[in-house]
Amino acid sequence: MRQNGIDMYRVSNFFIKNCVTVLFVILCIIALYITTFSPTFILEEIFMRMGRSTLLVLSLLIPVIAGLGLNFGIVVGAIAAQAGIFIAVFFFQYIETLFGEGRLLGFMADFAGIGFIGFLIAFAVATPLAILFGFLVGKLFNKMKGTEMIGGLVAGFFSDGLYQFFFLFVMGGLFTVDMMARLFPDAALNLILPTGVGVMVNINLQGNIAGAVDNVSMLRIVDAAFYVVSAVSAVMLIYRFVTKKALGLLKIAKVFVPVAILWGASHIFPAVEEFLLADRLRLIYAVEWTAFLVAAISLWRIIQEKALQKKEGVPLRPILYLAAAALVYGITWHPAVYTAFMHVRLPVLTFLLIIGTCFFIRWFLNTRLGQNMRTVGQDRAVATSAGINVNRVRIIAIIMSTTLACWGQLIFLQNMGTMAMYGAHPAVGLYTVAALLVGGASVQSAGIKNALLGVVLFHTLIFLAPNVGAQLMGDSQHGEFFRLFITYGVVAISLALYAWSRIKTASSAAQIGDPAPDTGGGAQES
Amino acid sequence: MERITRAAKDFGLARSIILGFFLLLLVLSGVYGMSVPRMLTDVFIRWGMHGILVLAMVPSIQSGIGPNFGVSIGIIGGLLGALISIELRAAGAFLGLGSGDREVGQAADAVATNGAAYGDYLADYYEIVGGGFFNYVGQLPGADVVVQIIVAMIIGLFFAAIFGILYGMLLNRVKGSEMMISTYVGFSVVAFFNIMWLVLPFRAGTSIWPIAGAGLRVQISLVDDFSRVFNHLWAVSIGGLIIPTGLLLVFFLFCVIIWLFMRSRSGMMMSAAGANPSFAKAAGINVNRMRILGTTISTMLGAVGIIIYAQSFGFLQMYSAPLFMGFTTVAAILIGGASINRAWIFNVLLGAFLFQGILVTGPAVANQLVPEGNLSEIARIIISNGIILYALTKAKEVAR
Amino acid sequence: MEAKRVLELDGITKDYSGNVVLKDVSLSVKPGEIYALVGENGAGKSTLMNILFGMSVIRETGGFEGSVKVDGEEVHFQSPADAMAAGIGMVHQEFMLIPGFTIAENIKVGREDTLPNLASRVVGKSLETLNRGKMNADARRALDTIGMDIAEYARVAGLPVGYMQFVEIAREIDKENIKLLVFDEPTAVLTESEADQLLAVMKTIAAKGIAVIFITHRLSEVMEVADRMTVLRDGEVVTEKPIADTDVVEIAQLMVGRRIEKLVDDKEENFAPGEDAEIAVKIRDLYVNMPGETVRGVDLDIRKGEIFGIGGLAGQGKVGIPNGMMGMFPAQGEVEVFGEPLQFAKLGDALSKGVAFVSEDRRGVGLLLTDSIAHNIIFNTMTVRRQFLNAGLMNAKAVREHAAEMIQLLDIRCVGGGQRVGSLSGGNQQKVCLAAALTLKPRLLVVSEPTRGIDIGAKKLIMEYLSQLRDEEGLTIIMISSELAELRSICDRIAIVTEGQVSRILAPDAPDVEFGLAMSELGDREVS
Repeated sequence: MRQNGIDMYRVSNFFIKNCVTVLFVILCIIALYITTFSPTFILEEIFMRMGRSTLLVLSLLIPVIAGLGLNFGIVVGAIAAQAGIFIAVFFFQYIETLFGEGRLLGFMADFAGIGFIGFLIAFAVATPLAILFGFLVGKLFNKMKGTEMIGGLVAGFFSDGLYQFFFLFVMGGLFTVDMMARLFPDAALNLILPTGVGVMVNINLQGNIAGAVDNVSMLRIVDAAFYVVSAVSAVMLIYRFVTKKALGLLKIAKVFVPVAILWGASHIFPAVEEFLLADRLRLIYAVEWTAFLVAAISLWRIIQEKALQKKEGVPLRPILYLAAAALVYGITWHPAVYTAFMHVRLPVLTFLLIIGTCFFIRWFLNTRLGQNMRTVGQDRAVATSAGINVNRVRIIAIIMSTTLACWGQLIFLQNMGTMAMYGAHPAVGLYTVAALLVGGASVQSAGIKNALLGVVLFHTLIFLAPNVGAQLMGDSQHGEFFRLFITYGVVAISLALYAWSRIKTASSAAQIGDPAPDTGGGAQES
Repeated sequence: MERITRAAKDFGLARSIILGFFLLLLVLSGVYGMSVPRMLTDVFIRWGMHGILVLAMVPSIQSGIGPNFGVSIGIIGGLLGALISIELRAAGAFLGLGSGDREVGQAADAVATNGAAYGDYLADYYEIVGGGFFNYVGQLPGADVVVQIIVAMIIGLFFAAIFGILYGMLLNRVKGSEMMISTYVGFSVVAFFNIMWLVLPFRAGTSIWPIAGAGLRVQISLVDDFSRVFNHLWAVSIGGLIIPTGLLLVFFLFCVIIWLFMRSRSGMMMSAAGANPSFAKAAGINVNRMRILGTTISTMLGAVGIIIYAQSFGFLQMYSAPLFMGFTTVAAILIGGASINRAWIFNVLLGAFLFQGILVTGPAVANQLVPEGNLSEIARIIISNGIILYALTKAKEVAR
Repeated sequence: MEAKRVLELDGITKDYSGNVVLKDVSLSVKPGEIYALVGENGAGKSTLMNILFGMSVIRETGGFEGSVKVDGEEVHFQSPADAMAAGIGMVHQEFMLIPGFTIAENIKVGREDTLPNLASRVVGKSLETLNRGKMNADARRALDTIGMDIAEYARVAGLPVGYMQFVEIAREIDKENIKLLVFDEPTAVLTESEADQLLAVMKTIAAKGIAVIFITHRLSEVMEVADRMTVLRDGEVVTEKPIADTDVVEIAQLMVGRRIEKLVDDKEENFAPGEDAEIAVKIRDLYVNMPGETVRGVDLDIRKGEIFGIGGLAGQGKVGIPNGMMGMFPAQGEVEVFGEPLQFAKLGDALSKGVAFVSEDRRGVGLLLTDSIAHNIIFNTMTVRRQFLNAGLMNAKAVREHAAEMIQLLDIRCVGGGQRVGSLSGGNQQKVCLAAALTLKPRLLVVSEPTRGIDIGAKKLIMEYLSQLRDEEGLTIIMISSELAELRSICDRIAIVTEGQVSRILAPDAPDVEFGLAMSELGDREVS
C-alpha cells in the first residue's frame, strides 16, 4: 500500500517535472496520426532540420551549466555569423570579379570546392566577431546577476536594432547602387536594395556558401582526417622525443592506424573510393554501421570481462547494448522502415560536427575549467570562497556559447541556401530555447540528451503544424499561429514551472531545516 | 532642500542626456527647415495616445511585480472590448443617439484607410486651421461614438479584470522571475488570441475579411466607429501647434484616478507590499493580494490604454501587433525616471513625452541625413531595448 | 613561551568609526592545541576572526592595529584566499557545500587534481582533465582521518545535516599545508551524538599537530576538549588560562560579569508590579519556526505594567518569540494578550489586538526606507485603525501634524517629517520605529533589540523613554535584547532563552554567574 503510494508519487513527480516533454510527445503522436505527409518525407525533413538546428541548441548548454540560465543572447552569435556571411558573399560578388573568375581561389577551390572557401571566409570573419560580442554580453550579464535571461532577451533585441541600423543605413550610406556600379562594373548580383539604401533583404547563397559543409564528400573528410592525424602524430612524437618522454607509440597508433587504413583503402580500391565520393550517407547505412560498431564493442567488452579479466557475474551493460544493437538492426529489415531509411540521406560532415560538439562538451565539462563552471553555476558564494574568479568564468561561458551559436548559425544558413538578412536571426533565441526546454531541460539543468531529444520533438511538431492545421481547420494559417503559440507557451510554462518549484523547495527546505515543532525534543537532546 | 537634490538625483544623468538629445533634435529639425509646431503636435498626440499604456506600469511596479512586460494581456482585453462594441454598432445598438460634426475627420480617415502613411493623419487638423494665432479646431463627436467608446472600455475592463486576476495569481507563484515570465506569458496570450481572432464568431463587416467572410482583418478601421473621438474633442491650434485637448484630458483624468488611488489606504498598502514585503507582512498586509490588485489594475489600464491608442491611430491593430508593446511601454516609463522597483505618475508623464518625442523627431532629422528608408522602427528598437538594459544593470544596486 | 607558535595575535585593537570593538587583544596558539574562544555576542569574537582571515570589511573600515604572526612571521592577509594559502582554514557555521556535487568534488572544489592533455598543452592549464581517481582517493583519506565511513562518491544533497559539517572539515584537512583550523560554533546544528563525534574529530585533528581554535558558547564542550581558553568581554581579554585551572562556573561568571551601565537613573518609587499583578500576556507551549532563531516550547506569564526582558545568546531563539507572536514566521501554541488569544495565521491579528512591535530588523522589516518619516510613523495606524484618512485618502495635514509631534517627543534628528527614512542615522531610524509603534496606542509594546547598532545618546533616550512609558502610563513592555547589561538596567524580570526554551527567569540583580550559566546551557540542568 505504502510502496504503491510512493510509486504513484514518483510517477506523478516524473510527469510534473517533464510535463513539457510529455505534452510534446502526445502532440507529436496526434500530429503524426493526422498528417497527410508520408513517413519517408517526414523522416527526411526531420533529419534535415536536425542537421541544421542541433548545433544552435547545443550552444545553450554551457551557460545553463554556468548558472546563467537560458542564453537568449545567442542572437548576437547569429548576428556575427550573418555579418561573416555577408562579407563572404560580398567578397565573391565584388572583390573576386576584379581578378577574374576563379583565378584568385582556383587552387584552393579545386581541393575543397568554392563553397567551402566562402564558408571559411565567413568563419574567419564571424568567429572573432562572435568572441567579441560574447565578451560584451558576458560583461553585461555580470552587471545584472539574477536577471540574465530577460537581459539576454533584451540584449538580443537591442543588438538586432544595431544590426539593422548598420546594414540598412550605415552600409546603405557607404555603398550606394551608383557607387557599387562604378567600383565593380562586372559584378553580377547586387547586394544593395533596389531603393539604393541598405543591404538586400534576401541574399542568395547558391554558388558560394550554400551546402558548403553539407556537400563535403566523405573522401575529402577521410583525406583531411588522415592529414590532420598524421601531422598531429608527428608533432607529438617529435615533442616527446625532444623532451625525452615515453613515446607512447601504441596510443598514437590506436588512432593513426585505422585512419590510415581507411585512407589507404579509399585510394587503392575503386569501389571504396566511389562510395566515399558521395557527400550524403544513407540513413540505413549509418544505422547499420552504428549497430555493428556497438555490437562489436559490446562483444569485445564481454570477452574482456569474462575471458581476460575473469570477473564475477554477468556483464549486464554490454549485453543490453548488444541486444539493443541487434534489435535496431532487425528493425531495418522491416520493408517500410527500410524504404524510409534508404530514402533519407544525411549530410556527413554536418552530422560529424554535431557529434564532435557533443563529445567536446562532455570532455570540456570534465576539465578544470568545466568543473569551475559547474561550481559557479551551482553556488557563486562557494565558488568565490574556493578562489574561483566567478566573473571571468561566466564571461568565458558566454563567449563559448556565443561562438558555438555563431557556428551553428553558419551551418544553418549554408543548409538553407538563402539568408534572410533581417529575419534569420531574431527568432534564433526563441526557437532554440524552446527546443531545449521541450527536451526536458530547465533553467538550471540541461544536458546533451535534452538538446537532441528536444530538437527531434520540437521540429517534428513545428514541421507538421501547418499541415495538421490545414487538415483540421481547412486553413494552414491556424497551424502557423498554433506553432507560434506552442513555442511561446513552452517557454512560458517551463519558466513558470521552474520558478514555482524553486519557491516550493525553498519553503520546504525551511521546514526541514528545523525540527518539527510538535516533537518538542530539540532541547532535550543536548 | 533635500527634496530638490533628491529630485535632481532621481532625474539622473541618463534622463538629462535623453532630454538634452530631444531638445537638440528639435533645434536641428528647425535648422533643417521642418515645421517644429507640426512635429510637436505629433508628439503631443502620441503622448496622449501612448500615455495610459505607460501609466499601466505604475501599479505593477509599485505592487512589487516589476515592470509589466505582459501588459499585452490587458491589451487583448481592450481589443475584445473594442471588437464587441463594433459588433454592437454593426447590429445598430448605438443608432439614434445622434452624431456630431465629423465630416472632416471622416474624409481624412478615408484617405488613411486607402493606404496613406500614418504621419499624414495630421492633415485633418491642418485642413481647418485658420489664419489666426489661436484657433479652435475641435470637433464635437456624436453621442453615438462616445457611448460606443465607453461601452468598449467597460467591456475591455471586464475582460482585463478577469485576465488580470488570473495573471496576478500566476505571478504570485513565480516570485523572483516575474519579468521573464510576464514577458513570455504575454507572448503566449497574444499568440493564443491570434488563433482566436480566426475562430471567434465576429461578424461586423468592417472587422472581418470580406472575401473569406470569417477571420478578423490585420488592421480594422475605426472610421465607422470611434476613430479619433478624443483627438478632435476641443482641439485648439496655438500658432500652428495643435493641442489635442480632449485626448490629453482623458490621459490626465486616468493619471489623476491612479494618483488618488495611490493615496488611498489600499494604494498605500499596495505600495508598501511592493517596496518591502516583510514590512507589509508585519503590518498585517496580505502581500499576495496586493500583488494581484496591482497586476489587475495594470492589466485594466492596458485595456483602456489600447482603446485610447486605437481611437487615436484610427485602427485596431490585431494579431502580432501587441506582441512588443510591453517593451515599448516599459521603456517609456524607465526613460521617465522610474526604476524596476519604483515608479510614479511623474515618470509616466515625462517618460511617455520624451520617448514619443525622440521617436518623432529623431527619425525625421535622421532622414535629412540619410534621405531614404524609415528609421523610426529601428530607432524604437534601439532606444526602448537600450533603456531597459540600462535599467537592468542599475537594478542590482537596489538589490531585492 | 619557548615552544613554537602557529599563530600569534599581538595587541589587536579595532574600532568601527570610533566604537572600539577590540582592545589590545593578544593570544597565541601552539601546534596541536585546542584553543577555546569564549564570549557573549558582541564580545569581539567574529571581528577577531575577520581580522585573522583578512576580510575586506576590516580594510574598508580603516584596518586595525597590532600584528598577526603565523609561524613567527608577520603576515598581512588581503583576502581569505591569502589566509588559506598560509594554511589557515575555517569550518563555516553555514555550510559552504554544493548539494549537486559528490563529496569528493566538494572536498576538492577549486583545488581539483588534474592531468595534462593535448588541449591543455596548447591552450593552458585550465583545460587539463580532472583526475577523478586521485580526487576520490584523497577525499577517502580525508574522510578516513576524521572517521567518516560515508562513500566519497555520494552526493551531498542527500546527506543528513550533521554530516555536512564533517565534509567541511574533511575539505579543510585535505589541504596539504593546513596548520590552523577555526571552528565557529560547529555544534550548533548537530545532534548530541554528532556533537560528540565532532569533538572527537577535533581531538584527532589536534593530535596530528594541527592547531584548532574553537569558538563556542557551550561551556561543557570547552571543558571536554579544549587545552586552553580565552574569555573575551567587550573586546577585551578577561582571562587566558589552561582549562585544567578553571571550571564552568568561573567561565560563566567571567563571560557575563561587568559593571552595569547606568542607562536609566534610579528612581525612588518602584513601579514594578508585584507577584499578584494581573497577567497581561500568557504564553503557553510556543513553537516558532524562524530560521536561525527557532523557538521550541516557551511558557511565560508577563504581568501588566512591567518591563519584561528576554535575553540569551544570538541564535538561541529569543528573537523568534516576538516574531512568532506577530505572525512573521510559522508558529504554534497559545498566546493570550489581556485574555484574548492571538491567531498567528491571521495576518495582522496581533496588531489589531493592540500589540505593537518594533522589529529587530529595522531596515528590513521595520521601515519603508524610501518613504518619508511621517509616512512611516502613521502607516500601521492608518492601515490597522483607519486613522489619518479623509474620505478614504491620506489626510496629509493630520499626518504632518502628528509626525511633527512625534519628532519633537522623541527628539528625532531630521530636516522634517518629509525626509526619507533611509537617509537617517540608525538611532533616529529606531526612534521612527518606536514612534510608529506608539502611534498605534498599544496595550502591549514588544521591542526587539531596540539598541542594536545605535549610538549611546540615542540608546539612553530610548531606554529612558521606555521606562517612562511604564512608570507614567502603565504600559506593558516586552523587551528582547542581546545586551544583558541593558536588560538588567531597566527590566523588572528577565527570562534567558537557550536552545529555544526558557532556561531561567531571573531578577535583574541576580548574580552574574546565574546569567552566565543560564546562557551557556539549559540552566537548571547544568546547575543540578
